[in-house]
Amino acid sequence: MNDIRMSRRSVLAGTGALIVSFAPLARAFAEEAGQPAKPPLPGSLKDYPFLDSWIRIDADGTITIFTGKAELGQGIKTALLQVAAEQLDAPFASLKLVSADTSLTANEGYTAGSHSMQDSGTALLHVAAQARALLIAEAARRLRVPETELKTQDAAVIANDGLALRYGELVADHFLHVQAAPQSRLKSPDGFKLMGKPVPRVDIPAKVTGGAAYVQDLRLPGMVHARVVRPPSYGATLASIDTTPAEKSPGVVKVVRDGNFLAVAAEREFQAIKAMRILEAAAQWAEKPSLPKSTDLPAAIVALASEDTKILDRRQPISVSSRQLESTYTRPYQAHGSIGPSCAVAHWNEGTMTVWTHTQGVYPDRAAIAQMLRLPPDKVRCIHVEGSGCYGHNGADDAAADAALIARAVPGRPVRVQWMREQEHGWEPFGPAMVTRALAALDDEGKIAVWDYAVWSNTHSTRPGEAGSLLAAQHMAESFPVPAPKPIPQPEGGGDRNAIPLYQIPNARVIHHFLPAMPVRVSALRSLGAYMNVFSIESFMDELASLAGADPVEFRLRHLDDERAKETITTAAERFGWSSFKERPGHGRGFAFARYKNLAAYCAIAAEAKVERESGRVRLLRVVAAVDSGGAVNPDGIINQVEGGIIQSASWTLYESVSFNDTRITSIDWSTYPVMRFAALPESVTVHVIDRPGQPFLGTGETAQGPAAAAIANAIADATGKRFHDLPISRQRIKAAIGV
Amino acid sequence: MKLKVNGREHEVDADPDTPLLYVLRNDLALNAAKFGCGLGQCGACTVIADGEAIFSCLTPLLALEGKAITTVEGLGSVENPGPLQRAFIDEQAAQCGYCIAGMMMRAEALLRKNPQPADAEIRAALMPNLCRCGTHMRILRAVRRAADLMRTASAPEGGKRSER
Amino acid sequence: MTVFKTLLAIITLGLAAAAGFAVNAWHSPIDPVFPPKAGTFDPELLRHGAGLAEIANCNSCHTAPGGRVFAGGRAFATPFGTIYSPNISPDPETGIGLWSEDAFRRALAEGVDRQGRHLYPVFPYDHFTRLTREDVHALYAYFITREPVRAKAPANELRFPLNFRFVVAGWKLLFFRQGPYRPDAGQSEQWNRGAYLVEAAAHCGACHTPRNSLGAEKAGERFSGGEIEGWSAYALNAASPAPVRWTAESLHAYLRNGWQRAHGAALGPMAEVIDNLESVPDDDLGAIATYVASVAGWTNAEPRRAEKPVTLALTESAAAATPREGDAPGGEIFQATCAGCHESGRPLPYGGVPLDKSTGPSAATPTNVINIVLWGVPPAEGKRSPIMPAFADSLDDRQLTALLAYVRAHFSDKPAWADLERSIRTARNGPPMAYPAHGIDTGEPAAQQGEEP
Repeated sequence: MNDIRMSRRSVLAGTGALIVSFAPLARAFAEEAGQPAKPPLPGSLKDYPFLDSWIRIDADGTITIFTGKAELGQGIKTALLQVAAEQLDAPFASLKLVSADTSLTANEGYTAGSHSMQDSGTALLHVAAQARALLIAEAARRLRVPETELKTQDAAVIANDGLALRYGELVADHFLHVQAAPQSRLKSPDGFKLMGKPVPRVDIPAKVTGGAAYVQDLRLPGMVHARVVRPPSYGATLASIDTTPAEKSPGVVKVVRDGNFLAVAAEREFQAIKAMRILEAAAQWAEKPSLPKSTDLPAAIVALASEDTKILDRRQPISVSSRQLESTYTRPYQAHGSIGPSCAVAHWNEGTMTVWTHTQGVYPDRAAIAQMLRLPPDKVRCIHVEGSGCYGHNGADDAAADAALIARAVPGRPVRVQWMREQEHGWEPFGPAMVTRALAALDDEGKIAVWDYAVWSNTHSTRPGEAGSLLAAQHMAESFPVPAPKPIPQPEGGGDRNAIPLYQIPNARVIHHFLPAMPVRVSALRSLGAYMNVFSIESFMDELASLAGADPVEFRLRHLDDERAKETITTAAERFGWSSFKERPGHGRGFAFARYKNLAAYCAIAAEAKVERESGRVRLLRVVAAVDSGGAVNPDGIINQVEGGIIQSASWTLYESVSFNDTRITSIDWSTYPVMRFAALPESVTVHVIDRPGQPFLGTGETAQGPAAAAIANAIADATGKRFHDLPISRQRIKAAIGV
Repeated sequence: MKLKVNGREHEVDADPDTPLLYVLRNDLALNAAKFGCGLGQCGACTVIADGEAIFSCLTPLLALEGKAITTVEGLGSVENPGPLQRAFIDEQAAQCGYCIAGMMMRAEALLRKNPQPADAEIRAALMPNLCRCGTHMRILRAVRRAADLMRTASAPEGGKRSER
Repeated sequence: MTVFKTLLAIITLGLAAAAGFAVNAWHSPIDPVFPPKAGTFDPELLRHGAGLAEIANCNSCHTAPGGRVFAGGRAFATPFGTIYSPNISPDPETGIGLWSEDAFRRALAEGVDRQGRHLYPVFPYDHFTRLTREDVHALYAYFITREPVRAKAPANELRFPLNFRFVVAGWKLLFFRQGPYRPDAGQSEQWNRGAYLVEAAAHCGACHTPRNSLGAEKAGERFSGGEIEGWSAYALNAASPAPVRWTAESLHAYLRNGWQRAHGAALGPMAEVIDNLESVPDDDLGAIATYVASVAGWTNAEPRRAEKPVTLALTESAAAATPREGDAPGGEIFQATCAGCHESGRPLPYGGVPLDKSTGPSAATPTNVINIVLWGVPPAEGKRSPIMPAFADSLDDRQLTALLAYVRAHFSDKPAWADLERSIRTARNGPPMAYPAHGIDTGEPAAQQGEEP
């Protein structure tokens, strides 16, 4: 632990009122063995109960906030600072933030699943409130006045007579090294100055002025540039290569070959790229076909052996009408496709590997890299630095492993590796292809009496933690096996995320067919299975509404008793003008709703689309969303996330599918994997935040993906009179369905 | 060779076939232009050369002799942001932000030629550039706002000119 | 020269018009009718009509950029002025909504509209006149059941005397031969089917046959290469500049997929043509390919010169990371600008065809290569398609000249293009001409599509 303390000290570079290691829960319990168990602490405090794991106040007044969560472009830094500054009563601009560094911050696992506000935000909310209470208590002790006569403002405790004690003056050694209490005295939402306000994001000014903002921008002294040469297909082996021409190429420092892992490091970046091209041309690979038939992917998916779990089984005796319906929906593999290919910098120095990475989980990434390098974890330090947009498990961890493996071959010199576009598109783990089947029967009143739903899917997480999850470790000579995939259990679920409808249905059964065999590399893509399940359920709800002769919005409301769900739906419908919508030829409206994971943010979306009959081209006109994220810390951040989710989901829904032949992934760039461009954007996107001050934070980053897809599908169905069950709803499919 | 970037001359020692992007990033330590695809398909590397938006990832150094190159760094700074930068901050027009510098340069080239673009013209001008976070609607708003800011900023000057 | 020719042409036409006026200038209007309802047609007939309309490429000319399909308004610059395509959607006021089938047939067969006015021959009735009665019926059924779009095309901007439609009567007298396609009994049924589709519907010759000064296809030079909107329409006969010979099989694959392994992707206006063939039955495309291949008379795909295997070219170019002496600066520009796609072994058709296979560098004029490099190939919306960035703004005339001279020298066995720099300057000063490539979105593996047989 010693060197970690040192590094923490050096980073903070303050006079240091306290220097402590942050201890996870197991240690805390060990220290307090024999004491009675306390009630569970909120958010990530469960695992890191000491206040100083989260907030540090130096004698010079510097306040530093620690979070194990990472900025992924979702604005989490800003929201966390808002929470801390609000509850601490410290000026927002004065707070420092340290995020996701295995030497400095708590292990909060992955920044994923729209958990950051629920985990880290909730922890900071309580830690800041409790720290403020401790500061008031300390001031009361020193001033010998009752706590009730003290207030806090601008990082100071102020007495009735105006005497102010700065927080820096109040802290003493180990002042905050105390365990959090189960209850906090939180500020009343009425007096919020920061929470609930659209505070501008702290990271944006650097991003629009060319400031160093990304791991791609790191330039360390003596750094070399590296490029990897990936095999042309899964399982390909390097049959032969003459590395001499590449080694002789100008500027080349090292050609690294370790089994099927091939890379080159050079003094300058374009030299590395040119040498990479030479290596690529010289490499002879042995390939074998291993991919399913892309022309009938759904059949190939359903044919895989499955492990079946009944995740819902609700039975009530009821009479059923003859009105029944069955539909099957499909989704292809889809890509994250970050605009910036994955990048990492690694430095192998005196037996220690430091890796700067845009991973979503510095701790699991460290564990995997350490295992790959056969080093103890404390010899590896992973530091999160932002990368290009993160929508789940992309190439970030793999690039970190690449950098580490190359850096070990170039001791003493930092190595920056960035993937090429085709490597990102060809090797990132994709969102899994999925199939769902829904069957329902109505009762005589036009309500759903029976619901039978099944989803077939691979796992939605093959994230590291083990070396075998990393491409470099799979490709190196002494390779690590890919860990056996596991389903993510309910209530969050993976492929079965949001497979259970929120609707009240007396007889309902939901089966998750988990498919362990993964012919295509897959993992988490924003919202996981929820995108497909919500697309399916909400498309099916429209089909059932039509069967019942009901308005789609009213049909949803008649199956809901959750008041917040209903309010979200009615808000979106009203703002859209659902009931006053005028039918026009070629135009359609669509509605969809879901509560992400059935436990995070509520989101309802109404969309208007126009379909060109001759070309099958869809034009999105208006999209209106309503979202209930509980207590809204930064309403503009919520709007930005939901707007972005809608556009991204529209692109997935209308255009996107990974293509492959029997051996290779063939969608390797924006030419072969087209996504939405400016000309195809909706005319307008409006998001209404239903703020519930004081209520728990509900994760929002992924809540729009599913409802947006279904709202668009429903609008297209309304415009064309045809129902589309297969994603993407492409021009060709629409044109074929419309006919002449 | 000599390279003129953001109004300053630089002596650059790199192979003449080196794409401008790598020189900007690694030799001149300018962060804004980004590697996105190296294929001219995404626009993350967009900068301005002699008033035109170009893909810096595909433009070799030797083609840029004597040309005036502008990057986002040339539009202003954190302390003193230019109108386009102010507009992007005001509209909070970024999520991950990786594509934004390219978007801004594409927009800057448009606004220099067409100070009052219609919405359809902005969309058409930004077609070569991709955003994956779905920040498009905000980017459009930011470009419109920038056009307004630039117009307001240049109004007194225009007035003077008409007085002569 | 051009002015003189045009003048001469106009005078000739004027004389012919006088004669033509006497013969066939006047046509009576055909009464308006309320069109039949969509449901009255057999769906099979509609599908047949749709296929013919696709082969005839109707929507390319009758759709304005960004406009509604078949609503017209696309501008055609001719030596005689600008002509705007009319609205052929069944809108009663601005389209053909009140046209009877007789009126529709007369337009195709005689080049006369419902009101009795002569149509300008930019509308290829010199080809459509060969259509069978059954096919015209199918086309009528198709067009009269489209979505009506209310849109009035702008008025034509033609010079005197072309602004008088009766002048067209003179043109018809000189160049127009009405009547159906006559099969060649000495050829196979498939060949005849192809010839009929090419001559009557596809009107390939409208672009691929050179035109005389009055804008009529030169009868003696069929398929020896023409020009369309600033692009070369390459010769389809034995004069084809393609480095690898076309066969019926390779043409079929090209027309179906928008690209062919040994030739590359269809670009420019041809990409649009192929985009419109999506629902044409395979048999018809096969027939067209058979006929067109017979025009050149080639029977095998032998390259016309020693063909370098792709892998060798790759290794060579990669090894030559530093371009050879004498290549500067064209070779250096190529390395930074082109090699990333064209020499990276990326799967066709998206990754940039190896240029020694591409027709452009071997063509008689640099027209198409210049257009592609200057204006690029924009993405087809939401479909997989080759994308090429435009270089008009990043490379100046001198640099482009060096680059294209390098491309010509390295990827063709032809002598250097004359006047390359001037051609580049002229094209740059003209209107930007970017056409998206054909969207290939079958989800099929790219590497397996259109494999050579």
